[in-house]
This record gives sequence, structure tokens and C-alpha cells, in this order.
Amino acid sequence: MSDASNIDIDYVANLARLQLTPEEKQRFAGQLGDILEHFEKLKSIDVSNEEPMAHPFPVFNVLGADEASPTLSPEQALVNAPKQRDQQLVVPKVVDDA
Amino acid sequence: MEYEPVIGLEVHVQLKTNTKMFTRAPYHYGAEPNTLTDPVVLGMPGTLPVMNRKAIEMTIQAGLLLGCKIPETCKWDRKNYFYPDMPKNYQISQFDQPICDGGEVEIEMLGPSRNVMGEHRNVKLTRIHLEEDVGKLTHFDSESLVDYNRAGTPLIEIVSEPDLYSPEEAFAYLTALRNCLVAAGISECDMEKGQMRCDANVSIRPKGTTELGTKVEIKNLNTISGVRNGIAYEIQRQTLAMENNQPIVQETRRWNADEGYTTSMRSKEMAHDYRYFPDPDLMPVKVSQDWLEQLAEDLPELPFDMQRRYMRDYDLPYTITSVLCPDAKLAAYFENALAVYEKPKQIANFITNDLLRELSAAGENGSLPLDQCKVRPEHVAELVQLIDKGDISSHIAKEVFPEMFSTGKGPSQIVDEKGLKQSTDTGELEATCQEIINNNPKPVAEYKAGKEPAINALKGQVMKMTRGKANPKIVDEILRKLLA
Repeated sequence: MSDASNIDIDYVANLARLQLTPEEKQRFAGQLGDILEHFEKLKSIDVSNEEPMAHPFPVFNVLGADEASPTLSPEQALVNAPKQRDQQLVVPKVVDDA
Repeated sequence: MEYEPVIGLEVHVQLKTNTKMFTRAPYHYGAEPNTLTDPVVLGMPGTLPVMNRKAIEMTIQAGLLLGCKIPETCKWDRKNYFYPDMPKNYQISQFDQPICDGGEVEIEMLGPSRNVMGEHRNVKLTRIHLEEDVGKLTHFDSESLVDYNRAGTPLIEIVSEPDLYSPEEAFAYLTALRNCLVAAGISECDMEKGQMRCDANVSIRPKGTTELGTKVEIKNLNTISGVRNGIAYEIQRQTLAMENNQPIVQETRRWNADEGYTTSMRSKEMAHDYRYFPDPDLMPVKVSQDWLEQLAEDLPELPFDMQRRYMRDYDLPYTITSVLCPDAKLAAYFENALAVYEKPKQIANFITNDLLRELSAAGENGSLPLDQCKVRPEHVAELVQLIDKGDISSHIAKEVFPEMFSTGKGPSQIVDEKGLKQSTDTGELEATCQEIINNNPKPVAEYKAGKEPAINALKGQVMKMTRGKANPKIVDEILRKLLA
């Protein structure tokens, strides 16, 4: 069964910019708890003799040459923007250094 | 109690590639907004990133240049956050396996005077990792504008250990780092164009203790002197707080260069939690020994190594080498001239005095760039050669140089056209000297009475009469012969 106590569902929802109803919070906390539990199971396996990997496929160095390709026109680039001005997207003011 | 500051710098440097880090949309500074994008830059669904080989090679080269260890494998991680500067809501970066580990940057502190070399020291690096740059926001009263041209551009972050102990050291560190990277062609490092950006972590501790104090991060340090001034202010602020028993809060502060102080930036509701995880769209990079060796072949000599060599092999004074060596293009210019005529001192003098003076006078906004200069290195060499051959005096050479600079003509051509060649016709010179002797009985009498310097007055007269074209050495000989 789920171990929801490990999950701070409000914190996680806030990081993901999601607004959840109390029912959703309960449901998702349970589901996320199940996932965590699954990882706990994986963690119990001894992998000290295995080579760590960052990707399931042993493929490396997929590299492209530094040669320019065509760009989108500014009109195309901004076609989905809800609001635009001076060839730029307009967003609510957010002064914050991420 | 006395306090000492401890400073660590995080320096972001834009790589001089043609295209972006994970897609081949071009990047260059100053383009019209949102003209340098493609579906990958904009994070469109279904797009996949492809690494830029050149960017990886430049980062490895930066690491080799700064003595970093290059691990066999590095990988990519997503740094997740919501902010409109990145359309896909994450930035691809390197979290726990960066391209370069460790390393150091040699710095030079200010010497006791301008002619004396300052103390050198190596500042330790933590790591260098490669990531993609973010878009540019311009803030207005109620809204912000977003330009994605810069988004996705290759950016390296060079992280130093807390191994700098004064604002001057931070200044010296940035200067040295910039000189190295520019020399290697890795970046232009122009802070005004945002090609080099710096955040500083500053803390203070009682002098003689080893534990680090609470660190404050300073942002918005947009110039190298801004870095020095911002850090100096912050040290003062923290020292005052300590002396008044006020707590120092771990926070991010913004440097206000116009007013000269730092202010606390609005603190976040929660600590940064970027939830890094390996990017499933990107394969790790393996760096073979062969690849490393190949990249090492293209590395330039480090500016300080070059300076030591110039002082040792060419016997050039510190003042001249400290002008030539930090500027890779100027040093290359010097060496090209030297390849034509091996008189390092004379050539270096013309470059650091006459050439730099003309360049600075000719520029509209700062100095004229060297690559727009009409005087070729071989012209400088030729000019020194003309002096050595006795064709012109060094005095005349000083007049020829501005003419070379404005016309682009070679010195021999100018000397011929203007008839500046020194007269070595001793018959004609002898007549002139005799005339001067006849017309100046006073210095002649003085010289004959044993007053040696009186001969200079006569020499001056001869030079004036020949409009500087006479060879001073020959004039001296003739005068002494006639007066004997």
C-alpha cells in the first residue's frame, strides 16, 4: 500500500505549478507514494558491482557539426504567443533570478 | 576584531560557436529579437536536442588550458524551474558529472609600481560545466518582454573554490581568466555584451580562523570593475554588521553600480529545488585520450607563460610585456613582425608606444581594433630595419609612423616619397658642418676649451639645417674631425 506520509503533496504541486483539489491531493499523494515505494524496492538491490549508467543505451557522442541551419521567422516563432509587442513575447512581470 | 573576506566566483562564459548548444540555430550578438530561434530553441513538443561538437571541444580546451582533470565520461541533466526565460521549463546543464574537474587560474596581483611585476598565485577551481544559456527578459512597469535569441547558446560555468581573499584578487582572477579564454579563441569575454557574467559568493570571518562565514551571493556584477566594487562594498557591509552584532543572512543581493551598494533581492518563497535528473534525450559524452591529445595541440601559450618567455628570451622589460602578452592579437602581431626582423626591443617599442597611441587616437568608441589597422607587422619590422641601416634616424621614424598608420604605405615608400633618407654624403655634410662652425664661434671656443657638451649645440644646428636627415653619428664624427 502507499506510503503517502513521505510526500509533501503541496510542495510538489507548487513546484509543478499545479492547483489540486483536496480529493486530487489525496489521490496523487497515494499514487506518488506507490512510485516511491517501487524505488525503495529497486534501492534494495545490490548494484555495487554494476557499472553506473546515465542512459539505458550504451551510445555515446552523438554530436552535430557547428554549421548553421535555417531559423524560424519571428512571425512563426511568436505565432503561439498570447500577447506580443516589439517582436517579443509579453509575459506578466516576474523579477526573479532563476 | 579584524575580519578577512573569502570570495568564490561563478563565471559564465558564452562560447564562440556559430550555432547553439543542442540545435543548429545560429547565434550572434545584437540580432533583432526572436530571429535566432527554431523549434528546439522554443521547446516545441517532439523536438530532440543534438549536441554541438565544437562547444564540447571548446569546453575541454578551456579545461586543458586551466589544468582541469577531464573525466572519461560526462552527462547532461535537466534543471527544472518555471521562469519565462526558458520556454521548455528546464535548462539542460550538468549536475554531478561535469566536463572538467578542478583546475586553477594563475593570477597576478598589483605590483608595488607599474614597472614591477606583482606577486603571482594560483586560484583553485572547483569545476567547469557546460550548459545552455537562457533567453533575455526586459522588464517594464507591469510586464516583461522575452527575446529567445540567446536561449540555447552554449555557456560554460567556471566555478572557483572560495580561494580569493580581496576584491583586487577577484579583479585579477577575472582579468587572467578572460585573457586565457580570449587567447584560446574560446570566447570574446566581452562583459558589456554579456559574453562573460559573474556572480560572487562573499563571506567574512575573523582573521586567522579557517571556518567559512555565512555567504552572500552578489548578482548583477556587469563589469570587471563592478565585480571589484560590488565585492568591496559587500565586505564592508558584512564587517559593519559583524561589528554591530547584527546577523548576516544567507541571501542573494543585487549590486547597484550607479549608486554603489547592494540590496537584498526578493527572497523566494522556498529554497531552490531544481529537481535535477539525467536528460533522457541526450547520450553521455566519452572523451578518449586521442581526442584530448588532438584538442591539446590547438592550445595557445598561456599569457603569463608568454610573458615570462618574452622577458627571458627577448630581454623585454616587464612594462612592455604586460602590455603585449595579455592581448593575444597584439602579441601575435609582435611575433609576426619579429619573424621578419629579429629586433624584439625596438619592434616592441614601436608597437606598445606608437602603434597603440595611433590606434587609440583613431578609434571613435575606444581604440580602433587591431585587425582594422593598416600598418602591417612587416611594416613595423621594415621601419626598425631602416633605422638600423642608417637610412633614417629614430627621430624621423617617429614621424614616418603616423604616415604609415594613416596611409597604409610601407615605410620605405614613405621615406622615398618624402625624401627623408638620411644624408650620408659626407662631402656635403662636411660643408654644412664647416658652415655651422664658422657661424657659431662661442660653442666652438667652449668645446676647444675642453667643455665637451658644447658640441651638442653645434650638432643641433647641423640637424636643424639638414631638417633631421643627417645621420647624427656621422655628424658627430665630422664635427670632431673639423674641430680637432
